Amino acid sequence: MNVMQKSWRNVGLRILLILAVLAVWEAIVRLFAIPSFILPPPSNVFMALYRGFASTMYFGHIGTTLIETFLGFAVGCTMAFTLGVAVALSRRTEYFLYPFIVMFQAMPKVALAPIIIIWFGLGITSKVVTAALVAFFPLLVNTIVGLRSSEEDRVNLMRSLAASRWQIFWMLQLPNAMPYIFAGLEIAMIFALLGAIVAELVGAESGLGMLIQSMNFTMDVAGQFSVLLILSALGLILNGIVTAFRRRVLFWDASQKGADIQGAKSRSLKKA
Amino acid sequence: MQHAISPVVQAGASRDAIAVRALAKDYGADSSAIAALRDIDFTVGEGEFLSIVGPSGCGKSTLLKILAGLMPASSGEALLNGTPIDGPRRDIGMVFQSPVLFPWRTVLNNSMLPIDVQGLGRAQMIERAKSLIALVGLSGFENRYPWELSGGMQQRVALVRALVHDPALLLMDEPFGALDALTREAMNVELQRIWLERRKTVVFVTHSTSEAVFLADRVMVMTSRPGRIGDMLKIDLPRPRTLEVMNTEAFGTYVRRIRNGLNAGGGIE
Repeated sequence: MNVMQKSWRNVGLRILLILAVLAVWEAIVRLFAIPSFILPPPSNVFMALYRGFASTMYFGHIGTTLIETFLGFAVGCTMAFTLGVAVALSRRTEYFLYPFIVMFQAMPKVALAPIIIIWFGLGITSKVVTAALVAFFPLLVNTIVGLRSSEEDRVNLMRSLAASRWQIFWMLQLPNAMPYIFAGLEIAMIFALLGAIVAELVGAESGLGMLIQSMNFTMDVAGQFSVLLILSALGLILNGIVTAFRRRVLFWDASQKGADIQGAKSRSLKKA
Repeated sequence: MQHAISPVVQAGASRDAIAVRALAKDYGADSSAIAALRDIDFTVGEGEFLSIVGPSGCGKSTLLKILAGLMPASSGEALLNGTPIDGPRRDIGMVFQSPVLFPWRTVLNNSMLPIDVQGLGRAQMIERAKSLIALVGLSGFENRYPWELSGGMQQRVALVRALVHDPALLLMDEPFGALDALTREAMNVELQRIWLERRKTVVFVTHSTSEAVFLADRVMVMTSRPGRIGDMLKIDLPRPRTLEVMNTEAFGTYVRRIRNGLNAGGGIE
């Protein structure tokens, strides 16, 4: 059996296992007559999913949540990167900002969601603000650590060429920090979705979090499960987008090569 | 050489590229200062190859950092072509123990780093970089990335990078220390060939006595704590030297004399 066949067989086994779990779930719910508002059988969940999309009702909510997530991600990451650069490059900035950073970092940011709703209302703004706030810190910390992680010899090399502070930043520190920054972006992306959903749960006019909340009032548990399925799919897609960017930008980073490094090794010529 | 100071001085047979006078270096504050270098006095002629050998902690890397302008001396002075070295300069090329290549730059772009930093104009210099890459035997690898190369090949790229902006002085800090013995000997032969072709002033720091003798016009032996000059000897072996020269009586005599100098000064660790 060759590698191709083996991997196909594994994929088949995986799907089979998922189907088995769903079948057991369905059987238990029916066998013990568990009421649908406690635990709906998977068949009900898929029905709810189908109805939601067939009536186009889900599309609007997905759109709202996605816009909030992307805007929150963009705003939060822009601010985190800017502040991260300022802190990493200037000890003075770090000295004065450090107490604020520590205090905010220790605080669970989602706890601010109710206040933010009071300040910014039930519309999209409060969700963007919450998403931005939650996405902010992972990238801030990674930007600072990344910019400071340049090896001493590399800095000495740049200095020995009479490089300016600015050149050292652009030619060494920033590219050197990219693996850290991308790790931060990956977390920030998922955190932005989390922030948007939490703010929607607290109070919103539209969005998947608001949908969960309203289904909860009508005891539509199957519907809630269907929204959870959508959310995990969104999480996977958002993560996939950042990972795809990372692969393109960080082609040179050994820590993220995995399969690629095999190719690089077989191509490399060791004959010095 | 481009960096001539005055025709009068240049007329002299052996002009000094480097002059170090009464140089000393302490680490730390006044009361708890640790003496790293004391009474360092030497000169290096233009186009001369000077090796510095010494045990760990004799301050040879510190001396090299001072010559590179990366670190100030505590007292005394170091001159390059008659002007004091008081900060990083554009006319120095440096090779470190590890290649220190940037993984996001190709071989060619790593070689071009000094050009980019010093704004020397990529268009004019790219041919020079390519010819240096050819000189070290890496033609065809211009668009490869460092992680696709072996350690020896990476160190050749580092050498190209140190030469590309045509520096007056080449500083090498144990450049082949991380390579295996066979690659190291091959690189020594290679470096001699490049040096014979380009005739740069070179200060080459090493742990290895045989490497020092093989490459150098003169070998400076240092002793440790604090680092002082223990011995300075002229190597009178014809060039180009081949690896066979290491088996000759004369070569052995030089190596023995350096070892004795090192042992007298506290020994090699």
